[in-house]
Amino acid sequence: MSDRIADIYGARTPHTKGTVWPARVDQFLDPGVDEGSVDSWVQSACLLCSNGCGVDIAVKDGRMVGVRGRATDVVNHGRLGPKGLYGSTRWANSSDRLTRPLVREGGRLVETDWETAMGRIVDRSKSLLDAKGPLSHGFYTSGQLFLEEYYALAVIGKAGIGTPHMDGNTRLCTATSAAAFKESFGADGQPGSYTDIEHCDAVFLYGHNMPETQTVLWARILDRTRGDDPARIVCVDPRRTLVAMEAERTGGVHLAPRVGTNLALMNGLTHELLVNGWVDQDWVAAHTLGLDDLRSTVEPYTPEHVADICGVDPEDVRRAARIFGESEAVLSTVLQGFYQSHQATAASVAVHNLHLLRGMIGRPGAGILQMNGQPTAQNNRECGADGDLPGFRNWDNPHHVQQLADAWDVDVMTIPHWAPPTHAMQIFSYAETGSIELLWISATNPAVSMPESARIRRILEGDQCFVVVQDLFLTETAELADVVLPAAGWGEKTGCFTNVNRTVHLSEKAVDPPGEAKSDLDIFLMYADRMGFTNRSGEPLLGWRTAEEAFDAWAAITAGRPVDYTGLSYDKLRGPTGIPWPVNKEHPDGTDRLYADAVFPTDTDYCETYGHDLITGGTVTEQEHRAMRPAGRAFLKGAPYTPPHEEPSDDFPLRYTTGRTVYQFHTRTKTGRSADLNRAAPDAWVEISPTDADARGIAEGDWVRVKSPRGAIEVRARVGDVMDGAVFAPFHYGHWEPAAAAGGGHDDANHRLANELTMTVWDPVSKQPTFKTAACQVTRLRASDGPAPAPTTGASAPAERDLAPRRRPRPTQGGGPTTSTTLTETPTYPLDPAQEDS
Amino acid sequence: MPHLATYIGLADHSEQTLADSFRTVAEGHARAADVFHTCRLLAGWSDEHRTALAPIIERYGEADVDEPERLHAAGLAESRDGDIGLLRDLQDLHVLATLVQTTWTVIAQGAQGLRDHELLDVATSSNAHTARQLTWLNTRLKAAAPQALIVAP
Ligand code: SF4
Repeated sequence: MSDRIADIYGARTPHTKGTVWPARVDQFLDPGVDEGSVDSWVQSACLLCSNGCGVDIAVKDGRMVGVRGRATDVVNHGRLGPKGLYGSTRWANSSDRLTRPLVREGGRLVETDWETAMGRIVDRSKSLLDAKGPLSHGFYTSGQLFLEEYYALAVIGKAGIGTPHMDGNTRLCTATSAAAFKESFGADGQPGSYTDIEHCDAVFLYGHNMPETQTVLWARILDRTRGDDPARIVCVDPRRTLVAMEAERTGGVHLAPRVGTNLALMNGLTHELLVNGWVDQDWVAAHTLGLDDLRSTVEPYTPEHVADICGVDPEDVRRAARIFGESEAVLSTVLQGFYQSHQATAASVAVHNLHLLRGMIGRPGAGILQMNGQPTAQNNRECGADGDLPGFRNWDNPHHVQQLADAWDVDVMTIPHWAPPTHAMQIFSYAETGSIELLWISATNPAVSMPESARIRRILEGDQCFVVVQDLFLTETAELADVVLPAAGWGEKTGCFTNVNRTVHLSEKAVDPPGEAKSDLDIFLMYADRMGFTNRSGEPLLGWRTAEEAFDAWAAITAGRPVDYTGLSYDKLRGPTGIPWPVNKEHPDGTDRLYADAVFPTDTDYCETYGHDLITGGTVTEQEHRAMRPAGRAFLKGAPYTPPHEEPSDDFPLRYTTGRTVYQFHTRTKTGRSADLNRAAPDAWVEISPTDADARGIAEGDWVRVKSPRGAIEVRARVGDVMDGAVFAPFHYGHWEPAAAAGGGHDDANHRLANELTMTVWDPVSKQPTFKTAACQVTRLRASDGPAPAPTTGASAPAERDLAPRRRPRPTQGGGPTTSTTLTETPTYPLDPAQEDS
Repeated sequence: MPHLATYIGLADHSEQTLADSFRTVAEGHARAADVFHTCRLLAGWSDEHRTALAPIIERYGEADVDEPERLHAAGLAESRDGDIGLLRDLQDLHVLATLVQTTWTVIAQGAQGLRDHELLDVATSSNAHTARQLTWLNTRLKAAAPQALIVAP
């Protein structure tokens, strides 16, 4: 029995390079439920981060009572992390679920029936379409719905209404990943595979605190670094995370660049590869474009120059570059430290450049994982609920648009393709001025998660825009809506989703949703029916009634595209494991990694984008693209470093950066309702370095005020392992609080929202908001009666180990008992290169 | 070479007008965060072109034009309001940047004729930058146009 709050990763199963990752089955059942009394186990995958671990849901008396990892799944080999174990099912039985629709009457939200609620939406929608046309409508969705739901929404938005104003909160978490792929390789699509972990010599983690975002993936890496012939770790992060410590342990490097200077560091690493000749010249000549421009772009970035900009040791830059340059196989992973920071796309593209220069792509161990934050972000990108066209089609290519018009049997002019899709921040700006008058928000909580939250609240509560929210709970966002629709959640509906390395899972319905709650798919179909959306033959535009029919329709339109689902069906997905796309006649069992043949989807007629200027975001035209004759070669694209938009000043001398903790997910809608998880990280805090704390008279646990030009929060301080000059705040905490028994009841609930301080500014290419470079000041308010409520297990551990007893945090622990069973015989995993060889 | 000097003066002058106008638009549309930041960045590029040109002006002298009003375009003294205002402002910037670009094209021709490598370098690299300014303006115009034309309040 183990407490997986204290022991986040569980026992190690170390193994040697090139051998298969052993299987271990992790399981958690609610207190009082024993395994023998479980009525059924229902196949699914975990929906609490982008890793997508295969699970079975335990059902007893019509309730979800626990989870068990699927030993045969290629993603997790049976393992689950704390969020998956303790957070998957608890929220579902929570007494504050939304069970009936709500409408605003006299300023208050009151319960009503579906007829009334949907009637109001449809009335408003029809009258707006008559008066102002499709551009009056905006849709803002999630990274947590199912593929079938995104696809339904995409068809409604693009072919039913015809609005370009569609985006998801994926814009906040993974837009840069998609944008970087498109710039380098011509289309979205994760090149690498998790199996690269077993075969690499080094893992570079760029702005990716994997131990707290994808715990099972980190466990997979630990099983390499703690085994024979370990991989070395290189960590790029301003905090001393567990990754940084593993870098020190394995003889790698921890680079802690100043917040906002990632691109300068990347240019330095590129410079070192070039000057030391760590370049596979033949491969580069055959498979890439742009070497000369890249060379001249990075020429000024000597290690010394980089050291000046980034505040790192020039020798560390050299050492990191040497590890990259001399390894046979490097795996790189990238996340929010790059995506949500300054020059996001250019810095992420620079990671691709390093791999391309060394020809390290498309073979086991040599891989790239541009990570996602949310579990189904990938599907949002694929299906086009984020504004892209379904199937990685190019909005600027008339043939691609025509393919969709034919598939949907609508006039091609209905499909908005005259300009790039409107990104989230712009959608909210249009809603602010009343240019968009109907904004439909599904399964996300922008009042907490978007930058400059005071402004977002104003937009949502104002009269200028009619706001529809569909969610599981009355979130901070739903409270401000005009109509609230109760949604069924994970385990209460059927659908598919795809994890960060393209692995598609089917998640089956295990129990009925509470009250009158409906699946998001049924809600969208109900709206489409009531709106009377039809195709040119007069048939309903969305002809399908079930999730499976929606899936088949989706699979059909992916034919011939990089994201090919045509070989997948619900039946096939009911097998032992999730399956990575493309799955088609050529690859009937799926594809472990892309670009094994070094042919990239850059052909002008095939690519998803013609590309952008990485500095301005200006678009490359079709003619310009054609003139370059990419023909399957990847692009090496570089850009010079420019200083962040907001530099520290006398009034705001510190740099503010937001982030995550291992025990909470997103805005805590689910994890906050699991007492085991919530008690481990019950309330907000900020981290400040010992030097900066001393200068301000701040001791561990003191109440402090953190202020930027846009707003302030008052929370407790953790004197921690952040670099001097940087301040870290977790973004999960809005004003919602669970019951005291679950670790709720904090008096700072109304002044702890990290996004009060962040800026409305975004990357020019990916349009991802920059959450990590605001300037701020921290001042001490008063002492508190204990340490900060931050966990001690991850990067938020206190810097000083022997604090006075009053200030010493209790070690984070107290999760309910779970079991872990290591299998003596490892199952056979399809496509696993470690097993193919043997 | 009186006419080349005239054109060098025109480049200097029109880059300055463009830089000032970018800044005017940045301030005037600061609520559109990307317009604010990108216009300031692009103004900086025009400043750089003038800095690079400065030593050449020393060599050739900067001749003023006989009929300046026929050659110099007026910049944007102030920005316009709202979504339609932004559209118009971006269009004006586009006109100004086009003048800058054709000026550099003409100068590059002259520099080749004179085998003046320094001037050719400045003209070519500035021209490439100007092309990127124009590309961004085009991209942003396209994105802003439908909403501004059809539904802006
Ligand atoms: S790593 Fe992610 S997907 Fe796996 S159990 Fe944890 S939260 Fe769930």
